Amino acid sequence: MNRAYMTIDNIPVEIAGEKNILELIRKAGIELPTFCYHSELSIYGACRMCMVETGRGALEAACSTPPKAGMHIKTNTEKLRKYRKMILELLLANHCRDCTTCGNNGSCRLQDLAKRFNIQGVRFPNTAEGNDIDDSSLCITRDQNKCILCGDCVRMCNEIQDVGAIDFAHRGANMKVSAVFGKSLADSPCVGCGQCAAVCPTGAIVVKDDTGKVWKALDDRAVKVTCQIAPAVRVAVGRDLGLHRNENAIGLIIAALRRLGFDEIYDTATGADLTVLEESAEFLKRLETARAGGTPLFTSCCPAWVQFAEKKYPELLPSLSTARSPMQMFASVIKEETSRISSRAHVHVAIMPCTAKKFEAARAEFRQDGTPMVDYVLTTQELIRMIRESGVLFSELTPEAVDMPFGASTGAGVIFGVTGGVTEAVLRRISNEKSAGALMALSFQGVRGMEGVKTTAITAAGREVRIAMVSGLKNAADLIENIRSGREEYRFDFVEVMACPGGCVSGAGQPPAGSAVKEDRGRGLYAADKMCSIKRSEENPLMMNLYNGVLKGRVHELLHVNYNKEKIHA
Amino acid sequence: MSARFEYECVDKIVDELGAKPSSIIAILQGVQEEYRYLPPEIFPHLARRLNVSEARIYSVATFYENFSLDPKGEYIIKICDGTACHVRKSIPILNRLREILGLSEDKVTTGDLGFTVETVSCLGACGLAPVLTVNDKVFPAMTPEKAEKLLAELQSKRNTGGAQNA
Repeated sequence: MNRAYMTIDNIPVEIAGEKNILELIRKAGIELPTFCYHSELSIYGACRMCMVETGRGALEAACSTPPKAGMHIKTNTEKLRKYRKMILELLLANHCRDCTTCGNNGSCRLQDLAKRFNIQGVRFPNTAEGNDIDDSSLCITRDQNKCILCGDCVRMCNEIQDVGAIDFAHRGANMKVSAVFGKSLADSPCVGCGQCAAVCPTGAIVVKDDTGKVWKALDDRAVKVTCQIAPAVRVAVGRDLGLHRNENAIGLIIAALRRLGFDEIYDTATGADLTVLEESAEFLKRLETARAGGTPLFTSCCPAWVQFAEKKYPELLPSLSTARSPMQMFASVIKEETSRISSRAHVHVAIMPCTAKKFEAARAEFRQDGTPMVDYVLTTQELIRMIRESGVLFSELTPEAVDMPFGASTGAGVIFGVTGGVTEAVLRRISNEKSAGALMALSFQGVRGMEGVKTTAITAAGREVRIAMVSGLKNAADLIENIRSGREEYRFDFVEVMACPGGCVSGAGQPPAGSAVKEDRGRGLYAADKMCSIKRSEENPLMMNLYNGVLKGRVHELLHVNYNKEKIHA
Repeated sequence: MSARFEYECVDKIVDELGAKPSSIIAILQGVQEEYRYLPPEIFPHLARRLNVSEARIYSVATFYENFSLDPKGEYIIKICDGTACHVRKSIPILNRLREILGLSEDKVTTGDLGFTVETVSCLGACGLAPVLTVNDKVFPAMTPEKAEKLLAELQSKRNTGGAQNA
């Protein structure tokens, strides 16, 4: 077979099915600058930073030019450097340049590229004006003055998440990203998944910061502060806190949180075990009573998915599992138990990879006498910020363990943080085969991997049980349409939905990362599962204590929720 | 605005042009022809029917100058301010009409929804400059005085419950 080559900066590079020369250039080890290019989004070609020069001296945008055999291009010439600098200078001209006080200070592509291209001054007057900040959402904050109109957020919201909360409005110099009629995000179809913030190259969309409130609680001696750490967090902090890679850093996180002043530290994987038990019981009951071919049982542990269903598919709400999310189950148990022991004021903080959890924590369903079960949700980004601010040298710490009395969790709880994990955990619970071999076999049944849509079938409760796992809300919406079509191949009994592509490891609360890093985080969670001596939720010795103790007679009150209501939260 | 919006008319337009995203512009034009502007009620309805987001429809509606999100008057007066009309003094005509009706660049429609006064860049009738249109009927070689007289006629027609057409 003939191999096709093209020449990039005088070096021949083989064309191996790349869709555009940008991919090929990056494969050749050249970091071509871009603002509007994301491999998972459609090609937009707006930022013009990826321009390359052809043999004839013409300029082409690498992102929207397909590779051709024999093509000669240069990626770094005097002309290109001049153009790129001019683009940057023009972008900076109407950009709020208060870098030192920006939420994305240090992780901003505009800042990075301005530095890389040695922009030493902006010759144009700054036309960024006024305060155009939308902080109506509990999850993210938007600042129009920092927007460079690359459209990444718009395409993420429409193409990957099918939410369509925002789009471009107006045109020319007046163009901006806006919800319909310029409404605030809180009044838009936004579900708080935060994926727009995850792709925003500047500080125009950032995760809402609640660190100030948590610092205040930690400083208050009268208040007991407890926290729980979600599975996906432990595999996403390493690189940002001075470790070589994103290894499982749960021990170091716990050690750091103790130094920050948290009184008790727990692992949300324990809460996930409760969710597995409750959701499995619900599922088995449904398998017995429901007729085959009815609406499947949908998971409900992803708050962005729950809100998506509420806003777009309210008729599906009766089919959402009533089992609360691990965070909420665990918070009810911790709050209940703590209040039994002492009357001291108690603040519970949940450390999550997720922006939508901030919204979930504030929901009316999860309040007791007006106080939320989870007082504050910190994202992984905020956790990193707090550890840095404290001055604790993360990499020098000695790993520590979680506290008692809720210090036991299983591998099933840990893998909740990756797409397919909830399903695998539930399958471990409901499958009749309990051998180590059966456990291994389960992991090969198509539940693992970062694909947006996965399906599998197993035998449980005496019949074939068909399962679909989707991540990314567009995939969820497509699956729902397919299920509605009633075709046999789309008959499912159980559907796991996670709003973020790849599951919680790709959550918008995590430090921004490419797909390779996200996959690595997923592998980290499966490795953590391997290190757990207990793999099945029902074998967690703590569960027995909880069900015979704090949960006795109160399972429904503390662990379940009904989203299917006329009135949807205040 | 009426408490209940009748969607039959919108649905008819959608059915005629096809309930697909590529018909957005034509559908919005159809709706605007009917209501003289794009009523906010149509956004969620069209979003459902065309399976696109409301934000996307808003994006199209705000991109084109020709679409209006504000209700327009019964008589829409467009004064041409293309080069030919401009040099033949279209601005004094515009100013006179605005003055009489209490309108400005920002407020283009009278409170009683009687008149809308706006400029257009060129009507393609440069030989008749300066020109204006009232509900798409062309009035050539205007002066502030002729425009004032025309406006008075329209006003009296409106007061006697006259026809829509000028």
